[in-house]
Amino acid sequence: MNEAKLQSNVSPRKEKWNRFWESVKYAFHVMFHPFDGFWDLIHEKRGSLAAATTFLVLFLLTRVLKLMYTNFQFISAPLQYINVFEQAASLLFPFLILCLANWSMTTLFDGKGRFSDIYMAMCYALVPYVLIQLPLVFVSNIIAFDEAAFYTVLMSFSIIWCLMLAFVGLMQVHDYGPGKTLIFLVVTVVGALIIIFLLLVFLSLLSDAFSYFVSLYREIAFRLY
Amino acid sequence: MKMMHRLMALLTIIIMMAGFSSAYAADDGYASSYTYNYDYWGDIRESPDAYRVENVLYSSGLGLETAMKKPQSLYVRNNDIYVCDTGNNRIIQIRLTGSEYKLVRIIDTIQGADIATFNTPSDVFVDAEENIYIADTNNGRVVMVDKDLNFIKEFVKPTDSTYDQSLSFLPNKIVVDVSGRVFVLATNVNKGLVKFEADTTFTGYVGANKVSYNLAEYIWKMWFSTKEQRAQQESFVPTEYCNIYMDEDSFIYATNIVFSEYDLLYDVAQPIRRLNGIGNDILIKNDRYPPIGELYWQSEDDVHGPSKLVDITVLENDIYVAVDRTRGRIFGYDSQGIMLWAFGTSGNSEGAFNSAISIEHMGKDLIVLDQNEANITIFKPTEYGNLIYAASEDYLKGDYDGSAEKWEEVLKHNANYNLAFIGIGRSLMRQEKYKEAMDYFEMAHDRDNYGRAFRQYRKIWVEENIGWMIAVIAALLIIPLIIRMVKKTRMEVEVYERGQIAK
Repeated sequence: MNEAKLQSNVSPRKEKWNRFWESVKYAFHVMFHPFDGFWDLIHEKRGSLAAATTFLVLFLLTRVLKLMYTNFQFISAPLQYINVFEQAASLLFPFLILCLANWSMTTLFDGKGRFSDIYMAMCYALVPYVLIQLPLVFVSNIIAFDEAAFYTVLMSFSIIWCLMLAFVGLMQVHDYGPGKTLIFLVVTVVGALIIIFLLLVFLSLLSDAFSYFVSLYREIAFRLY
Repeated sequence: MKMMHRLMALLTIIIMMAGFSSAYAADDGYASSYTYNYDYWGDIRESPDAYRVENVLYSSGLGLETAMKKPQSLYVRNNDIYVCDTGNNRIIQIRLTGSEYKLVRIIDTIQGADIATFNTPSDVFVDAEENIYIADTNNGRVVMVDKDLNFIKEFVKPTDSTYDQSLSFLPNKIVVDVSGRVFVLATNVNKGLVKFEADTTFTGYVGANKVSYNLAEYIWKMWFSTKEQRAQQESFVPTEYCNIYMDEDSFIYATNIVFSEYDLLYDVAQPIRRLNGIGNDILIKNDRYPPIGELYWQSEDDVHGPSKLVDITVLENDIYVAVDRTRGRIFGYDSQGIMLWAFGTSGNSEGAFNSAISIEHMGKDLIVLDQNEANITIFKPTEYGNLIYAASEDYLKGDYDGSAEKWEEVLKHNANYNLAFIGIGRSLMRQEKYKEAMDYFEMAHDRDNYGRAFRQYRKIWVEENIGWMIAVIAALLIIPLIIRMVKKTRMEVEVYERGQIAK
């Protein structure tokens, strides 16, 4: 009774915040119990798109911070040539295109996941990358080059963990078996290539069309005056 | 009126400044990009000139009646320059007296040999007793004469079965070690250098080039070609070296100009090698980029493709200098394989080459032979060049602090010089100024040394700060404990009070 009273006292804003915070904290559960975690993430609505997007942003941020603040012993980044937004975009767009490709392919072959489900699962799979690599940026500044073994092991460990989570995530979202998920990973890559191809064709057509109208306008303007 | 005065003054200043700067640029006639070096990222950084032309020797200036024709090789012993004037079948000896280069003699006949003249001699070597070895190519022999040109002995085609008897013996380049063993780079021989003992017996081959082919080529050839096609295709044979040089420790430096560009980038081609007694390459490569000459091969005018290092010479301080035929450039590397400088260009002016073919050194001066122009260019190191040498020599001697002082001077000339940063950093590290050393190493992107300095720095830092670090850690452990205890007590009190009220 006491609890119910407390609930009613919470403002809608606070409630929203609580729900967001719960879904962020849920990422830890997903990390360590991927099979259970991803199932409940989608089917029990334990995750939220807001939390997912937060993880994606953190992922991009980690990547950029890593380039900028990792000690020069461990990374060979020509800072004078690096554009931060370009770096972020070079991760964001492939990520989104892969999600899109996966969705378009699995929808045709009775995958259960909607686009938002896939997006959410993939974003939750990025959490180990942030949790491990962000501290490693700091650690790289307090270890020497010949102690790099520790650093590189953790580095590859974080990526393997992410890939494993992504795999399990896709399995649970679509309710596929591991074999079928593996096949659809390959199909997804092919789909992504097709999407990129179509985008290129579309953009080049668009620019052609645009330049046609521009020249048409110029011609008319030239004739009129 | 005042306004006008001010304007005039301003104008005068501008004109004066313009005058100064143009005068400065036109000062010495050297293009600002004549000498350069590569930074950590492989970008070209212009640098002050390490070498400048001191003298150019032409046939007419030397007083030769017949001009030099396609000279192929140089050799320097003490103050004498020996030029192998291939096209005229003779050797020219030039001597440096004071600061002048004078013709000593023309060697075109020898006494006491069956064949008294030369036929397209392509290399010459002079040992410490001034005995002259001549690679007399089309006579098929390497002939040794004393300093008065009396025949001593000759090295001819080996009769051994390992030497393909259908091939004629065409010695192209020669080096001789201290005990009189002759190493011959012969045309058509791809088993390595032909080695003769001092008594002219043939004792085998040294340092064959590895056969290089890639997997795709191999598969295509073995499984997808008919026998006839296979016969048509070129077979996988090791390539020949282009030129050889023997350093003071009797190691042979060899250059190689036949390779694919792809191999060069991944350091498979190894255009410069240092061969030990059994013919393995023991060249030290501690730089980010291997010693391959030019790193960028963008086409300029009529030149394109990678550097073709046609000759190499090794200075007394283990610094080796190779000359590139493609762009007429000279590259200097230290004993660790780090590029010191690159200079030169193609062209017809002083300090530019049309077809550089041979390089030698006299002390620290570099002497370069151009075969088409038939001239000899003599370079002297500038103050900057001498500082670099002095600094690396001091370092080799073990005088690290003296070396650091010279590196400081180098930095005043060229603030982009990585070796200087490393040199100073090492000296600072020896003085236990680890933080400063780290800064210098970071500027040079030297991970190993940075790591070394950093470990020391970290150790000292931890020792100094261990007190409060332990305090913080202890606090982090104890404070939550206290909070928990307080909470627990409060809860107990509350429970007790509730119990009291309920009663």
